[in-house]
Amino acid sequence: MNKYFPYIASIVFICTSCTDENVTEYVPTPIALEIPQLFEDNIIAPVIPLDNPQTIEGIALGKKLFFDPILSGDNTQACADCHTPENAFSDASRFSDGIDGRLGNRNSMPLFNLAWNYNERFFWDGRAFSLEHQAFQPVTNPIEMKATWVDVSSKLQQDQDYPSLFDQAFGTSTIDSILVTKAIAQFERTLISANSRFDQYLLGQINLTSEELEGFNVFMDETRGDCFHCHGNANNPLWTDNIFHNNGLDAIITDLGLGKISGDPANNGKFKSPSLRNLAFTAPYMHDGRFNSLDEVINHYSEGLQNSTTIDPLMKKVAQGGVHLSAQDKSNLKAFLLSLSDESFINNPNFKNP
Amino acid sequence: MKKIVSIFLICMLFVSCNSDNDDPPTSVSFNFTHNWDGTNVTNSEFNTIQYTNANGQALSIEKLRYLISNITFRKVNGETTVINAYNLIDVTNNTNLIYTLPNEMLTGHYINVSFTFGFNNDDNYQNYTDLNSASWNVPAQLGGGYHFMQLEGKFIDNASAQTGYAYHCIRAVDNSGAQQVFQDTFFTVDLGEVELKNNASIVINMNIAEWFKNPNQWDLNLLGNMLMPNFNAQVMMHDNGQNVFSLGELIP
Ligand code: HEC
Ligand code: HEC
Repeated sequence: MNKYFPYIASIVFICTSCTDENVTEYVPTPIALEIPQLFEDNIIAPVIPLDNPQTIEGIALGKKLFFDPILSGDNTQACADCHTPENAFSDASRFSDGIDGRLGNRNSMPLFNLAWNYNERFFWDGRAFSLEHQAFQPVTNPIEMKATWVDVSSKLQQDQDYPSLFDQAFGTSTIDSILVTKAIAQFERTLISANSRFDQYLLGQINLTSEELEGFNVFMDETRGDCFHCHGNANNPLWTDNIFHNNGLDAIITDLGLGKISGDPANNGKFKSPSLRNLAFTAPYMHDGRFNSLDEVINHYSEGLQNSTTIDPLMKKVAQGGVHLSAQDKSNLKAFLLSLSDESFINNPNFKNP
Repeated sequence: MKKIVSIFLICMLFVSCNSDNDDPPTSVSFNFTHNWDGTNVTNSEFNTIQYTNANGQALSIEKLRYLISNITFRKVNGETTVINAYNLIDVTNNTNLIYTLPNEMLTGHYINVSFTFGFNNDDNYQNYTDLNSASWNVPAQLGGGYHFMQLEGKFIDNASAQTGYAYHCIRAVDNSGAQQVFQDTFFTVDLGEVELKNNASIVINMNIAEWFKNPNQWDLNLLGNMLMPNFNAQVMMHDNGQNVFSLGELIP
């Protein structure tokens, strides 16, 4: 379906524009996503649902909502509290506390390049399909924002600014959860990160250090790091496959991950591969934030692998405990991983609290 | 290659307009099915150790995807039509198992239908956004280009332990010398004679067991992993691939 999406979209667009001609209905201002050169050249187009096109007004509204604690039960917590821009929209704490101070058992996920998650499975365990649907969940989650949509909608409706902002974004000032999540999803799709040192290197703009280059070789070498099957490569600048794997964290699996969602025990302990972009800002690591540093992550793959029945066949050296990298390979690999971090993304004024 | 497809399509249009024969054009689809020595395999059979290879090793399948390209039709008069396109069949996610050709074919008799398993060298070293998005690339150290197949799962090893295997096919490369030495491992699969009727659907069978059987009886203890940089293993996979595919039903 993805392949034909742009064509279908343009056909629908043409049809829509034809019918619109004789109606003087308000239309928000369409704005295309700015697709980075490397994405344009190497990967297929982002996923933008037909019923929620990107508009200037929609994105601005989504941004305001994302940073506004009005979405929580007691007006104390915004999305941005657990997804802070300086942490590439993740949370520096291992587990985020909700409005009642209750902790979950998953580490907050960074938010960027989400429109390129082609199979649209969100959360560590893939339980939400599409960004719009994902945004419903934190608002009512009792250990997160613990609100009800009835309550949130009526607070927004009574607000001074929101009704006219919704009118501008969607042509109606009647606010409901569907429009709230649409606006947030539009904002989230603009969170694009593609300006790391490694990107600049691929574009021929800078040279990398020999450590970074050698670290990339470790990453791509099947007999050493062997990371590329799951975490992208120079031609897949997302640095993730967005697929679910058991990467050998535990011998006894307590958090079933995808297995809980699909009901298939063959999926127990599988979680979505995270992108390796912006690791400099997103510690701690893994679905439960168990590792505080990249050194710990690298040591995990090098000698800490735990076997279990659902471990991915690509964790090829599990019987030896891992890929056993030399100290030199480890530090080079780390240098390479850090070259995927994008300062300009976390400092982008468009993404900061207005 | 996409451009070539469009150019080809346009050419086809002219060809079809000009030709005054009475074989009307038809859409043609290929239906890829999979079996283990005759027992049907779909992704619902995945993840359970239930197959035994020629070497007597019990195994499961967790992932299977592979690339085919350049489907070719040959008429008795030698006229050939090459569909310059590719299809990544993903059994794990049940996608692209049915592949409809990007252009129509004339109905009638063809003395041979064939396709390329993987990519020939011209096609292999292009940049394909859909294949990149599927992380189908081969590392530059191994020559770049794309995978031809990824078959993964678990088997019971020498020590009776459940162990992963990753049977990945790529163009064979020997990195041991000062210069990389390549050997081609894509191959042509000849399906034989086909009578194309209206809305033809051609079933292709892959017997997965053949990858482990003939002429090389495959020992997963020795050849279960790290096969991409293993030149000899790649050549052996190429050899074992020769009898993997066969023509199934032709509908209608
Ligand atoms: C209390 C902290 C908290 C709040 C508030 C919160 N999130 Fe999250 N978010 C998380 C955690 C933790 C996860 C991962 C949870 C999981 O996978 O089970 C997550 C996951 C996500 C994901 C999935 C990303 C991916 O790549 O799959 C998105 C998108 C997201 N949050 C958006 C939002 C939005 C939008 C809001 C506001 C409506 C919000 N979050 C509010 C903690 C929070
Ligand atoms: C079989 C697929 C696979 C391979 C191969 C693999 N990873 Fe991962 N990686 C994952 C998955 C899945 C996760 C998330 C696991 C979880 O949290 O349960 C992950 C998590 C990570 C994280 C944590 C990121 C974060 O934001 O929390 C880092 C860093 C990482 N991997 C680096 C590597 C490196 C370096 C290699 C090679 C040495 C590698 N991975 C090989 C699948 C893989």
